Amino acid sequence: MPKDSGIGASPKRREDARFLTGTGNYTDDINLNGQAYVHFLRSDMAHGKLNGVDTSIAAEMPGVVRIFTGVDFEGVGGIPCGWQVTDRHGEVMQEPAHPVLAQGKVRHVGEAIAAVVAETPDQARNAAEAIELDIEELPAVVDMKAALAEGSTKVHDDLTSNLCYDWGFVEENKGAVDEAFANAAHVTTLELVNNRLVANPMEPRVAVGDFNRATGDSTLYTTSQNPHVIRLLMGAFVLGIPEHKLRVIAPDVGGGFGSKIFHYAEEAFCTFAAKAVNRPVKWTSSRSEAFVSDAHGRDHVTKIELALDAANNFTALRTDTHANMGAYLSTFAPSVPTWLHGTLMAGNYRTPLIYVNVKAVFTNTVPVDAYRGAGRPEATFQLERVIDKAARELGVDPIALRRQNFITEFPYATPVAVEYDTGDYNATMDKLEEIADLAGFAARRAESEAKGKLRGLGVNCYIEACGIAPSNLVGQLGARAGLYESATVRVNATGGLVVMTGSHSHGQGHETSFPQVIAEMIGIDESMVEIVHGDTANTPMGMGTYGSRSLAVGGSAMVRATEKIIAKTKKIAAHLMEAAEADIELKDGQFSVAGTDKSVAWGDVTLAAYVPHNYPLEEIEPGLEETAFYDPANFTYPAGAYACEVEVDPDTGKVSIERFAAADDFGNIVNPMIVDGQVHGGLGQGIGQALLEAAVYNDDGQLLSASFMDYAMPRADDLPFYQVDHSCQTPCTHNPLGVKGCGEAGAIGSPPAVVNAVVDALQSAGKDVTHVDMPLSPSRVWAAMQG
Amino acid sequence: MYNFEFENPSSIAEAVAALAEEEAQALGGGQTLIPTLKQRLAMPSKLVSLAGIAEMKGVSIADGMLTIGGGATHAEVAAEACPPLAALAGQIGDPAVRNRGTIGGSLANNDPAADYPAAMLALKSTIVTNNREIAGDDYFQGLFETALEEGEIITSVRCEIPEGANYQKFVQPASRFALVGVFVAKYADGVRVGVTGASEEGAFRWDEAEVALNSNFSAAALEGLALDAEGMMADIHGSKAYRAHLVGVLTKRAVSAV
Ligand SMILES: Cc1cc2nc3c(=O)[nH]c(=O)nc-3n(C[C@H](O)[C@H](O)[C@H](O)COP(=O)(O)OP(=O)(O)OC[C@H]3O[C@@H](n4cnc5c(N)ncnc54)[C@H](O)[C@@H]3O)c2cc1C
Repeated sequence: MPKDSGIGASPKRREDARFLTGTGNYTDDINLNGQAYVHFLRSDMAHGKLNGVDTSIAAEMPGVVRIFTGVDFEGVGGIPCGWQVTDRHGEVMQEPAHPVLAQGKVRHVGEAIAAVVAETPDQARNAAEAIELDIEELPAVVDMKAALAEGSTKVHDDLTSNLCYDWGFVEENKGAVDEAFANAAHVTTLELVNNRLVANPMEPRVAVGDFNRATGDSTLYTTSQNPHVIRLLMGAFVLGIPEHKLRVIAPDVGGGFGSKIFHYAEEAFCTFAAKAVNRPVKWTSSRSEAFVSDAHGRDHVTKIELALDAANNFTALRTDTHANMGAYLSTFAPSVPTWLHGTLMAGNYRTPLIYVNVKAVFTNTVPVDAYRGAGRPEATFQLERVIDKAARELGVDPIALRRQNFITEFPYATPVAVEYDTGDYNATMDKLEEIADLAGFAARRAESEAKGKLRGLGVNCYIEACGIAPSNLVGQLGARAGLYESATVRVNATGGLVVMTGSHSHGQGHETSFPQVIAEMIGIDESMVEIVHGDTANTPMGMGTYGSRSLAVGGSAMVRATEKIIAKTKKIAAHLMEAAEADIELKDGQFSVAGTDKSVAWGDVTLAAYVPHNYPLEEIEPGLEETAFYDPANFTYPAGAYACEVEVDPDTGKVSIERFAAADDFGNIVNPMIVDGQVHGGLGQGIGQALLEAAVYNDDGQLLSASFMDYAMPRADDLPFYQVDHSCQTPCTHNPLGVKGCGEAGAIGSPPAVVNAVVDALQSAGKDVTHVDMPLSPSRVWAAMQG
Repeated sequence: MYNFEFENPSSIAEAVAALAEEEAQALGGGQTLIPTLKQRLAMPSKLVSLAGIAEMKGVSIADGMLTIGGGATHAEVAAEACPPLAALAGQIGDPAVRNRGTIGGSLANNDPAADYPAAMLALKSTIVTNNREIAGDDYFQGLFETALEEGEIITSVRCEIPEGANYQKFVQPASRFALVGVFVAKYADGVRVGVTGASEEGAFRWDEAEVALNSNFSAAALEGLALDAEGMMADIHGSKAYRAHLVGVLTKRAVSAV
């Protein structure tokens, strides 16, 4: 019997009522008295020397309040980077200055050069068009390998080259890895591209800055996944505002997928300008601006090699990756191709020796940073593709080859610095074979053939690291922030609870799933619990939501705070019932004394805490409010196995996904419906990457796919019905909920399944195709078939 | 969007008069023009809406002739035109686009990836304007270029109803306009093949295919026939060779489906 409340139940998402009826409160819904509007004049050149910005005509245009250029920000800090990577030789990465408005040079199409603040958005835009720019065009640096070649134009003149860092991991293993390759019975090599993506959340970014002249307080309303992080980065590094004078509010946010983690120049601008012009200043991104100013994702070019012994055991893995940073280092950019990628290269397998080399490169393109999965999709894609290729080269079943090499004993310390606490990869593979009906594939292939279509099956595994992560560890790895999470649980006199969480919901459904946990712990109805998030003024310092960390880390903080509440209420109940605290039991919202029929209700105890007439005041304080900060002992390691079946039209190269099955192990599940939804969304994005999406630059650094006319987002009819299962559960061993995180799995695990399936389909027709780079558009697949 | 004046005439004559003003521009369903204005890529002083002109509405079939008002929406064409053209109209954009966008606007715009041009070339069409009739074969003059004069309005379109016809559209994955579209129409006096999306010179008739199909109306007749990739368009969605190849595939499919 499925439960109808608490952990394991699937109540409908309470937040959807307001989202679906147009009563949400998004940042663009916020309009302040006397607000002015900003329009950014952005570079349409990828690389140029900025000789002059003449605002004299523009400044006289109707409605103009003030025009800002780089000069206005000369004394102001730049946009900081939150992670410092140390390279193979012990040197720290090259870190260029990142000005709020361009200074001296423009380095990518879309970089803001000037900002017009005016009475109306149209007036701001009109004036921006009247600004005269004197820019001397420079050759654009676009291709990563060319960027590293001797004599390449430099994106940043003050850096020694376009190389941000040359990272080796684990550097000490390099010799042993090379030796294992020299001794291998078989080596499979694959070169591939992990295509650059634009996140494209439904809600474009918005920022509203406000300054209170009376108190000297600044407020920023922004579309962010982590308002406290923005407060810290912008306050401490850019504008020099201490936390107690700066409030950051991220109200309802319409999707982020990583792109709203980062601190962006527009946020700093609006906060700065509000004080400078003494009026609220609002910016709403257009979709066109979003394409060239939101951080992009992925963009790796990789060569991967897998060494096997004569019995087909994996003996070593070696990779060589170029990772595009774009023109500047976005907040977490350096961590994505390194610690979020290299540490996952073991995958689900017992490969004893691994060496990962990553060269991060500056180019004249939009900065690249974390996008759903961040580093793990790149790791999974190359690993699962090279294993598939190896199986085909060796003529063995790809599933059998994987099973043979699975890690089966836990905890398992990988050669790439992480320790998997639990998992059962054979169980998820068994489940996959069942739900995907792999036994029926041959018959389905025959049916497709009868229709003149090529059918292919692609299977792969994935592992990811979620719930980032122990602060002391990430600190050693270069993070400039902690990665704990926080919660304050406030119980009101009449028994209702408010949880103020440092996590941030922008589509994940926290307002529904977090109360389920508390309802289960206390035995009360979920409707008695309200979740507050997104405002630094009324939530404890938290690190926000990304990396599938909310329930594992934020939920754990909430559990810890609730445990403190329960401990205190038991003391009060013991006092009320004149019993020993150790004998008090809490069940279904009733405190009882073990072995007696004495009981007192949850609401009576909470009332006593606030009306402490009969209360042990000498022992405990009145009131019921507790805060906990939770810093996890390890990452969590969700894992699973995915299967994709495609039909390829041999005449046109068009791929259609006929079936897709996902068997995931997320540990314990709080709300199965929300988990299904998270997996579905992730699969949609992973399939989007595999089949459709690509941010394509030409040699001049112009983004060719800069609108939905050319950037193909997945639509409903591009996607199949999914078979999704998360009944294989090996609970996380180190967080109190035993949960692992489910938000990114779909996007991590699905791209290799799609490509494996297409390669299988083409090979089934005798085509000599071992790889096709994503997106597998009809034209690319057709070209691959032509040989 | 820059500011503009707006007029909403109820007759063709009034519209023509309003359009005589310099920088005035006709507004059909706005599905191309409004996004262009929003991006500030056009700056008309005045928009003259054609949506309120009753004489430009409606779809009718009489004496083997299909007549479509220049202001008829794609949705109306999808509901009321002869089946092959109705099917084409039903594949344009999404319901919102089809409920606003008009055949006159699409033909006036002549986007190289638009669907209607392939059909107009195949269906022995006549483009009727406020002051003349233009044979479909003379109308399309390259990418976004037509025989229309400044201020001229497409008031209706006439097509001869064929014995059989079929449109095959291969969508560009992002825009879902035609990456390539082929309209094959079979008449007693011959076959016509209209192609959109492929050529650098815009929609065209594929003469070689017509000749082959005139002697043998079957997909087999097209075997071995190939368009020269030179002269085809290329972009991130398809090379010249791919487009040339698709024309062949789609033509065969259309013939088989007629
Ligand atoms: C999301 C989306 C998807 C689309 N998908 C497709 C597709 O798959 N296939 C396809 O073919 N098209 C597609 N379109 C374009 C659509 O068909 C437009 O409706 C059409 O191109 C223009 O028609 P309109 O009536 O909207 O014209 P408008 O946008 O109003 O005008 C377009 C141009 O034609 C002029 N004009 C308008 N009416 C007349 C007239 N009667 N006489 C002379 N000039 C006139 C205008 O002055 C303007 O220059 C799509 C559009 C959108 C927004």
